Amino acid sequence: MKIGLYPGCSMEGGSKEYRESVYAVAKAFNIELVNVPDWNCCGATAAHNLNKVLSLALPARILALAEQAGLEEIVVPCAACYSRLVMTQHELSLHHELKEEVVDALGMKYEGSSKILNVIQFIEKYILPELEKKVSHPFAKKVACYYGCLLVRPHKVLQFDRYDDPMTMDNVMNKLGADAIDWAFKVECCGAGFSVSNTQAVATLSGKIMDDATHRGAEAVIVACPMCHSNLDMRRPQIDKYLGRKTKIPVIYITQAIGMAIGIDKKELGLQRHFVPVDLILDRKQIVAEENVELTK
Amino acid sequence: MSRIGVFVCHCGENISATVDCAKVAEVASELQGVVHSVDYKYMCSDPGQTLIKEAIKEKGLTSVVVAACSPRMHEPTFRKACAEGGINPFLCEMANVREHCSWVHDKGEVTTSKAIDLVRTLVQKVKYNEPLYPIKVPVTKTALVIGGGVAGIQAALDIANCGHQVVMVEREPSIGGHMSMLSETFPTLDCSQCILTPRMVEVAQHPNITLYTYSEVESVEGFVGNFKVKIRKKARDLDENLCTGCGLCTTKCPQKKIPSEFEQGLGFRTAIYTPFPQAVPNKPVIDRHNCTYYIKGKCKVCEIVCPTKAIRFNQEDTILDLEIGAIVLATGYDIKRTDFFPEYGYGKYKDVIDGLQFERLASASGPTGGAIRRPSDGKEPKKIVFIACAGSRDPAKGIEYCSKFCCMYTAKHAMLYKHKVHDGDAYVFYMDIRAGGKNYDEFTRRAIEADGAKYVRGRVSRIYERDGKYIVVGTDTLMGAKPMEVEADMVVLATAATASPGAEELAQKMHVSYDAYKFFAEAHPKLKPVETNTAGIFVAGACQAPKDIPDSVSMASGTAVKVAALFSNDELTRDPSVAVVNRTAPPMYSTCVGCFLCKSVCPYNAIEEEEIKDRQGNIIKRLAKVNPGLCQGCGTCVALCRIKAIDIHGYTNKQVYAEVEALLNEL
Repeated sequence: MKIGLYPGCSMEGGSKEYRESVYAVAKAFNIELVNVPDWNCCGATAAHNLNKVLSLALPARILALAEQAGLEEIVVPCAACYSRLVMTQHELSLHHELKEEVVDALGMKYEGSSKILNVIQFIEKYILPELEKKVSHPFAKKVACYYGCLLVRPHKVLQFDRYDDPMTMDNVMNKLGADAIDWAFKVECCGAGFSVSNTQAVATLSGKIMDDATHRGAEAVIVACPMCHSNLDMRRPQIDKYLGRKTKIPVIYITQAIGMAIGIDKKELGLQRHFVPVDLILDRKQIVAEENVELTK
Repeated sequence: MSRIGVFVCHCGENISATVDCAKVAEVASELQGVVHSVDYKYMCSDPGQTLIKEAIKEKGLTSVVVAACSPRMHEPTFRKACAEGGINPFLCEMANVREHCSWVHDKGEVTTSKAIDLVRTLVQKVKYNEPLYPIKVPVTKTALVIGGGVAGIQAALDIANCGHQVVMVEREPSIGGHMSMLSETFPTLDCSQCILTPRMVEVAQHPNITLYTYSEVESVEGFVGNFKVKIRKKARDLDENLCTGCGLCTTKCPQKKIPSEFEQGLGFRTAIYTPFPQAVPNKPVIDRHNCTYYIKGKCKVCEIVCPTKAIRFNQEDTILDLEIGAIVLATGYDIKRTDFFPEYGYGKYKDVIDGLQFERLASASGPTGGAIRRPSDGKEPKKIVFIACAGSRDPAKGIEYCSKFCCMYTAKHAMLYKHKVHDGDAYVFYMDIRAGGKNYDEFTRRAIEADGAKYVRGRVSRIYERDGKYIVVGTDTLMGAKPMEVEADMVVLATAATASPGAEELAQKMHVSYDAYKFFAEAHPKLKPVETNTAGIFVAGACQAPKDIPDSVSMASGTAVKVAALFSNDELTRDPSVAVVNRTAPPMYSTCVGCFLCKSVCPYNAIEEEEIKDRQGNIIKRLAKVNPGLCQGCGTCVALCRIKAIDIHGYTNKQVYAEVEALLNEL
């Protein structure tokens, strides 16, 4: 099965391990991911603060390229890219004149027909049905699934999950054998792009997230957004300073978690690339014991 | 041959400032059929009306056109004058040259010529006017009050005290409604039950009131003065005549852990139960979903212990047929429950409760005997947060209106809390304090100043639980617009008031309009606040829009006067502008072909099927027939009738075409 993939900048750079794990998991489920050819920047936060048409034209070009390549579905692992692409498709479907202007700027045909999936939707549709039988190393840990802002909002446009208390990732993690905890900061802001310009704000906001997750006994935070990941992982020293205590729990991409549970090698999942070391040992003994029971039957 | 009189009014300067009234009169005098045409400064004044009356007599006028204001304003005046002048009042028409002409156009020839056109059309129309006579319908002098809350109680007592019969229908086992659940009432802090229960008893004992509790309206047919109502009296599993209300059955019932509706889920009841000790009537019902006998097939403890042998298992519902003259809808409201608020925990936090639950906690007859306790662990909350406008005035939640009574009851809650927990802290998050009403603002000030409730102007974005505390995250928009967090032991949401469940269904049964939120619609927002657009059906209390006790009671008394006025006549007089299906000689009988499209579109269910039979009783033809008692003259059937077999009296096709032709033909 072939599905399109729009990597965006972060997957090529700071969040390489996210791309690695997405590919590794897709491969394990016999799904071929094809990059949108000649893709460009989605415009991120910068474009829509400066120029409306530009902020729509950049994602529209990506969508137009995907259409040209005959990709009916595109997986967009980065939550910010996902948001920009969906918002563009939505706006252009509503405003005909804007669409003409954008198409004119692109000099390409644009239909807006590609279906855009975030990573969780991709997993829900293609991985989840086959997931349980592939789990070899149950993720027997208490985990806090963290969605952040862009995966679920604005709800009117995305129509994805419950925006106040999304559960899709929690369900996936429960299927992996984890105990997805009920916690209070699932969709709070991590500080996002302030990571560079206002680190203190990120330390405060992400600090509150880490505080609640650790307070409720989470052994890992599961994410599906490179920005969330870098703030919770890379900014951990600042977070710990803000909290006045060491929070040791790792931040893991949902695709990495799936990979770990179905027995993909740590390196293939890029787990060594994190700032906060991922030293979770998934309980093998239990699995072996269960296998023995199966055999004696 | 018509002899038409045209009377052009100046309306002081309202018309004459832009329209040349003398010219209108002059041109009109030359129209075919017009034998008399004058203008006058105030046609509606006594001398003006005399002009009309005298002209009818002296010139032998057969019909009259008055060119003046809107017919909504003075049609009754001029029709009365014509009647006094000696012609049928329906032979008088009005040309609206004020609202439709002088008020909306500048002075000039075009304006005058429009006024002339308006007069010409009415002159053509009036040639085809026929004398009409008011319709008389008899009145059954029994009122039906639906809903036994404070509004229904007030309406029923007022009507009954006027000497008329009243039937009250309440779907719950007891009357009393929401008011019976309240602890104290604002702005006086008098006990709600203490003032309500005597009135409940009065209803039960009033010789003119028949009370059916645990009953619902099954269907309504007929029209003003002549409704035929079916009531479903749900099986109580009890012979009410034998039951003395001793309560032995309820104390012996083994099912003791059923969440009580009356206690808002904070207390328990048995399977055979009365909702609360002061219930009227004080006769229990069996809740079949939770009764051991109905679930497992054996138990019948209540039957065994009942000293009067009143229990009747497997009793069936009974249907009552009633003849009713007028109906008062007083079905009350509901509130959004805490599960409507994902941001406040989807209803999963036990100590995040709604306003009605707090009422029960604060009530001396409530599950805690009036002590404020957390539902989760029974501890006394030391810090409590009240959130006003939970859901109300929130387009994102689909509720754009203000629920009206929450500002007041939230202030009351804060006060009651402070009176009971002296060392406690009460925070109130609010948008605006809407305390319009006698002694209302003083009341909210008292909560703040005398009782020290901490009012914070700002919204609460979310609530989450942490170690048994509830972290309330909000903003203080007045003190530096900063985010703030309160670590509360308990949170009370003043949730939005909504229409009562089943309101839409009932409105459809009644043919009463309702708004987008399923609140019943009044006939006019200012001048007909208690009437509905269906004659003979009135509306009282919070089923029309959220309102507090004083407003509900005043509205209920208003409906009582309307009902009493209706019942003051033995016959009702109705405007004869109703639809009529034409009738012709046999063998046609009518041009109606009996397709009954009209029946399907009539908003008032006024169209019936009539069978024409020969002498042997064989049906020759089926025709549509309009019930003049129900028809409101809207004309929908006329527009839809393919063969033009229906006409509205006073607005016949012939008359309307005459008007159009007059406009098309230049002078």
